[in-house]
Amino acid sequence: MIRRFFTLRNIRRTYAVFFLSLFVLLLWLTNFGRMKGYETGLFLELDPLAALASFLTSWTLYKGLALSLVIVVGTLFLGRFFCSWICPMGIVNQVAGSLFSRLRAADTVQLNSWRALYNLKYYILVFFLLLAAFGSLQTGLLDPIPFITRAFAVSVFPGANYGQGWLYLKQPLFQGGTLLGLIFLAVIFANRFVPRFWCRAVCPLGALLGLFSFRPLLRIWRDVELCTDCKKCLANCHGGCDPHSALRYTECHLCMNCIEDCPENAIHYGLQGPSSSVQMPLDVSRRRLIESALAGAVLYPVMKSTISSGTTAGHQVIRPPGSIAEGDFLRRCIKCGECMKVCPTNAIQPALFEAGLEGLWTPVLISRIGYCEYNCILCSRVCPTGAITPLTVEKKLGKGPGQKPLKIGTAFYDRGRCLPWAMNIDCIVCEEVCPTSPKAIWFQDFEVQLRDGGTKVLKRPFVDPKLCIGCGICETKCPIRDKAAVRVTSIGETRSTTNQMILKS
Amino acid sequence: MPSKNDKKEPLISRRQFLLRTAATCGLAATAGAWGYVFYSKEPVRRSEAKIVTFRDYRIQESKVFPQLVVVHGKDAEKMVRAAIEKIGGMGRFVSPGDKVLLKPNVAWDRQPEQAANTTPGIVAAVVRLCLEARAAEVWVTDVPVNDASRCFARSGIGEAVKRSGGKVRLAAENDFVPTDLRGEALKVWPVSAIYHQADKLINLPIVKHHSLSKCTMAMKNLYGSLGGQRNRLHQDINGSIADLAAAIRPTLTLMDATRVLRRNGPTGGNLSDVSIEDTVIAGVDLVAVEAYGLRFLDLKVEDIPFIGLAEKRGIGLSDWRSLHVAEMNV
Repeated sequence: MIRRFFTLRNIRRTYAVFFLSLFVLLLWLTNFGRMKGYETGLFLELDPLAALASFLTSWTLYKGLALSLVIVVGTLFLGRFFCSWICPMGIVNQVAGSLFSRLRAADTVQLNSWRALYNLKYYILVFFLLLAAFGSLQTGLLDPIPFITRAFAVSVFPGANYGQGWLYLKQPLFQGGTLLGLIFLAVIFANRFVPRFWCRAVCPLGALLGLFSFRPLLRIWRDVELCTDCKKCLANCHGGCDPHSALRYTECHLCMNCIEDCPENAIHYGLQGPSSSVQMPLDVSRRRLIESALAGAVLYPVMKSTISSGTTAGHQVIRPPGSIAEGDFLRRCIKCGECMKVCPTNAIQPALFEAGLEGLWTPVLISRIGYCEYNCILCSRVCPTGAITPLTVEKKLGKGPGQKPLKIGTAFYDRGRCLPWAMNIDCIVCEEVCPTSPKAIWFQDFEVQLRDGGTKVLKRPFVDPKLCIGCGICETKCPIRDKAAVRVTSIGETRSTTNQMILKS
Repeated sequence: MPSKNDKKEPLISRRQFLLRTAATCGLAATAGAWGYVFYSKEPVRRSEAKIVTFRDYRIQESKVFPQLVVVHGKDAEKMVRAAIEKIGGMGRFVSPGDKVLLKPNVAWDRQPEQAANTTPGIVAAVVRLCLEARAAEVWVTDVPVNDASRCFARSGIGEAVKRSGGKVRLAAENDFVPTDLRGEALKVWPVSAIYHQADKLINLPIVKHHSLSKCTMAMKNLYGSLGGQRNRLHQDINGSIADLAAAIRPTLTLMDATRVLRRNGPTGGNLSDVSIEDTVIAGVDLVAVEAYGLRFLDLKVEDIPFIGLAEKRGIGLSDWRSLHVAEMNV
């Protein structure tokens, strides 16, 4: 009985369930109250594509990303075990594939054998790596770990919380959350037509791991002396790697299903035996590779000659505290959404086009939704690539000797909308909530003439640009609900030498 | 002339005909009834939420005990115990089986030393006293300005309450119920439902400077019961504070003046803004407690319009010297 349970397939399934649960658990833990010291970004740090691409853009292997070497070394020896055993995106797609497509035996031969389309992922990889080599990090758009982290942080978790309230005290709202959710759903739904379409045809990380498994020590192999060519090995194949003919070992996910499904015990995993069938190395079209590389090479200068936050300071591009200068930021941010998940006030949002196409889904603060909590440094703690460098509270608030508080922007009054300025109505909520000491928002008493002829003394607020840190709580709490009368823009941010306005600071 | 033998079989039997007719009539009647029931001249249905009012949390007045107790000392636990003892013991306020709600000021993500929130030791001491008076449950709540979980963690109050056997209850977004405050500035306003579930309410404010209302103490602490667009209240801050004090009548008020934030309130953030006063004030009369607290901020009753407004409405007496006051050191 026990022996019957411990089949290779079930062992793989156990790992898959474990790693998927771990992924969800770690993301759930990415929260102020629960974080403690857990390695919440573990899956992102295990991602060799994030490590390689950010290495290419900045020539550094940042801290935890060194963990990805475990996967690289493992893949060199064992093959692409990551895809069906560890990768949450792969596991989700596998589950969806087995739910959506009930295959007849005849279909499996068609759907689970290799197709030329599956080479697409190599071209996508080359395209992204070339962009990275030039200095633009866009792998995060399709790299599965940032992709699924972002989808969960921005759409799945908030959606799961809706109406229940069991994940958050306050329902989080994200800009473009529906769009990200729909993209994720589309990827899942593609399994309806081709099982594991994403993993086989799109995933650039899968392609990279395919490259690393160019000559794995251990591999699946088929004993031609035992094989009766029944093709039952195709029934549950994850990778679409042709175990029934010349196995394409760079495509194989080591799902072990073919071993279990073979009625003749002709398929093995281990050192390739002498009676093994011939196997197929990676076979991509050189012409296509050059085309994809060329596309990247052409796109890069076009991207760089477009208005983006890298070329022109964007007033809405308020980056989380600790973010490095914008050019470097775009070279490091993989758009994973960890900072959006952890932000306690829901201020950090995925950018749409505020930072240009290059900065799509990078984190920006929308002060109307939330504000940067004065004592909070969580986003800097979870960033896996160092786009937001780790802070201490002392460093953020400039408590050390000779240190200045970190500024992420500056608040400005719209005197045409501000109640005391425009309508002679008492307010100064902004002054009440301003967290610095002394407060960056101060007021003066004005005696004003009212319409009916009477007079009134009221307090009108001002911003002291030397003290304002751009946290945006004034904008969040301003009672002018639709468009606040005090708004924060990125000017004066510490990380920029050029986005400044005051001569002496 | 048709022959008798020409008779055709009817297309359906009589029984079937009757059944089908009945079914069709039934459907038609259902459609009519549906139209009749749901016909509306309004484009949307107005949901009529039940509007509740605050219960009166007060206990019967007593001439036996002092009306205002002022305790000076260093140890929060001892000071609170002495103050409650003097004013009649917790048994006077909490009956066995009561659900007691404590409302400290936990509005900000600040540490205890910065004096922006009530001292955690004081909250813990009150929780323990309530439990000793055999309260069924002791809840601690606030609707902070900063993120709630951060406020309760950083102020130390979350931990202190947990350790002393109480329970922190935070109102989620749909835990607010429309409540009629029957005030002049405040009419119907969303209020944290926890207030309507408790039998007794103990107000645990801290003395702080505030730039618009000049001070925030026992009366303004009641802001923390409200949800909704609270930031509009600043437009008539005196009227709304007086309205709140009239609508919410706590069982007991125990005011923390161990550390007083004298400038840059109500957020503070700098230890140089804080002065150590080592005092705790207990009283049943909210206005008297408030008036007493003014001394820590060098203010007078005349400076603070909402105290006058509250007194005019008969909520309490601002002339605390006319009351029976007990002052002691522990």
